Amino acid sequence: MTGPGTVQNAMGNSTEGEAPARGMRSAPYYLGSAGRRLVRFLLDIHGLGAFALITLGVMVSKANVARVIIYPLALRQVYRAGVQLLPMATFLALALGLIVIGQTVSVLNRVGATNQFLGVVMVTAVVRELGPLLAAILVLCRAGAATVVELGTARALGEVEALEVLGIDPIHYFVVPRLVGMALGMFSLTVYLILGALLSGYFWAFLQDIQLFPGDYFRQMADSLNPLDFVLLGLKTAGFGSVIALVSCFHGLAQPLSITEVSRATVRAVGQSIVFCAFLEAFFIVVYLVS
Amino acid sequence: MSSSPASTLPETPPPKPALEMERVTVTTLHDPTKSVLEDVNWTVNAGDFWAVAGLLRSGKSDLMALASGIMRSGQGICRVFGEELFASFEQDQLALRLRVGLVFDGGQLLHQLTLAENIALPLHYHWGHLDFDLGPRLKMLQAFTGIESWMQELPNSVTRNWQQRIGLARALALKPELLLLDSPLTGLDPRDTAWWVETISALAAGHPVLDDRPATVIVTGDNLRPWAGRATHFALLKDRRFVPLGTRAELAGHQEPLLRELLTDR
Repeated sequence: MTGPGTVQNAMGNSTEGEAPARGMRSAPYYLGSAGRRLVRFLLDIHGLGAFALITLGVMVSKANVARVIIYPLALRQVYRAGVQLLPMATFLALALGLIVIGQTVSVLNRVGATNQFLGVVMVTAVVRELGPLLAAILVLCRAGAATVVELGTARALGEVEALEVLGIDPIHYFVVPRLVGMALGMFSLTVYLILGALLSGYFWAFLQDIQLFPGDYFRQMADSLNPLDFVLLGLKTAGFGSVIALVSCFHGLAQPLSITEVSRATVRAVGQSIVFCAFLEAFFIVVYLVS
Repeated sequence: MSSSPASTLPETPPPKPALEMERVTVTTLHDPTKSVLEDVNWTVNAGDFWAVAGLLRSGKSDLMALASGIMRSGQGICRVFGEELFASFEQDQLALRLRVGLVFDGGQLLHQLTLAENIALPLHYHWGHLDFDLGPRLKMLQAFTGIESWMQELPNSVTRNWQQRIGLARALALKPELLLLDSPLTGLDPRDTAWWVETISALAAGHPVLDDRPATVIVTGDNLRPWAGRATHFALLKDRRFVPLGTRAELAGHQEPLLRELLTDR
């Protein structure tokens, strides 16, 4: 029997012919692989937690140490994670406005409520969810991945040991500026992206001949927003930036790497950053719903 | 009451140890479970100039890493200027660690920074908050390397030898008392070799870049010949053992077979 039976055999549920034997051989392999991945992921969470605590300790204990070195480094990270990404953020803002407005108009047209809810939908979709998430993905791809490569290469070339010999804490020099810079850059970039998406949303609505004045559009949005939105937006974006910076720095620095392992560390960092950002997003949704 | 002439002479104070190792096991930097040297007993007094030689993979770099305090010993006790390394919190030992300078094999510069920024990094990090002008010190260090006109280049733009010179200037920036040099002569032409030998000898004797204070120097390499007339003490790394050879006078009469190889003119 073929078709569904084949799937059944692979699952090890059938009792006919040779198939069960194949299924029995493959099941432990997949289980073992999944188990190893799970254990590795849990170990990474454990290591990442310790790394985050160490970084926090260094940030507090060395807040006033070597500011002439650390502040410019942090500003450079703000530039990389914020200013440098503005052209791409502008493009994404235009696309986001088009996507959200295009879909919303087609749905609201059916119920004849296009004019009343465009602003509300933009706040719900763009300000609360898609804006921060899209900015996080942008920062992760352009700044986070580059951070893993930079730090992994620095680690492989012995720069960490060079700093230690000079009495410079590698966490203070490499991680703290990136953490601060990415959190601030991420917040600024998200604000620009959201503003761009809201403006482009009105632009696309205008092109679709929706009878909605700008004042009404922005009034709908202002009525939908509440103070908690601004607080959560700040916390969420800073959280996304911090998570991306910590995961990137952890995979670049926390273990001895050779040059050939840098690409693998980058892939792992990107994957884990997405997972942790998704968890953070879920946490903020819960906070929003509860409050 | 009379006293003998000997009793009236002022007593010479015993030399203070700059580095002491007692029954130390040296592991590798990347694998703390793998030992490369065992049972190392070694005392370097302040003002000594040691040349330590060994073949490839004999543990020279790891010995220097241990002595500089960036790596723990597998077993035994390692003291720098009388204080045991890693005996207290890292922050408490910062002043101690800054009394030691290490020049890595190849310099190990930070590749995102220019050569000038590499030299300036420790100065700005540790002394940047102090109320005095670091400019003259930076200029002196740049001039010391002999390659001032390349200071705005990135490390990848210059040769390994020049990167190592910058590494030396960076290590000297904070005026260390104990200077460790890991295989500084590897792959150099005769002119560069002469520059390094003369410079390190001058640092050991007292150089303006260290305020004319003689530095305690430990240099490693796979050839003892350049240091034969310069260093005051010699040692070999052989068969996972640290073999002290004694002073310059004792070196000539030593019967160690590997010593003959390491003293050959290459």
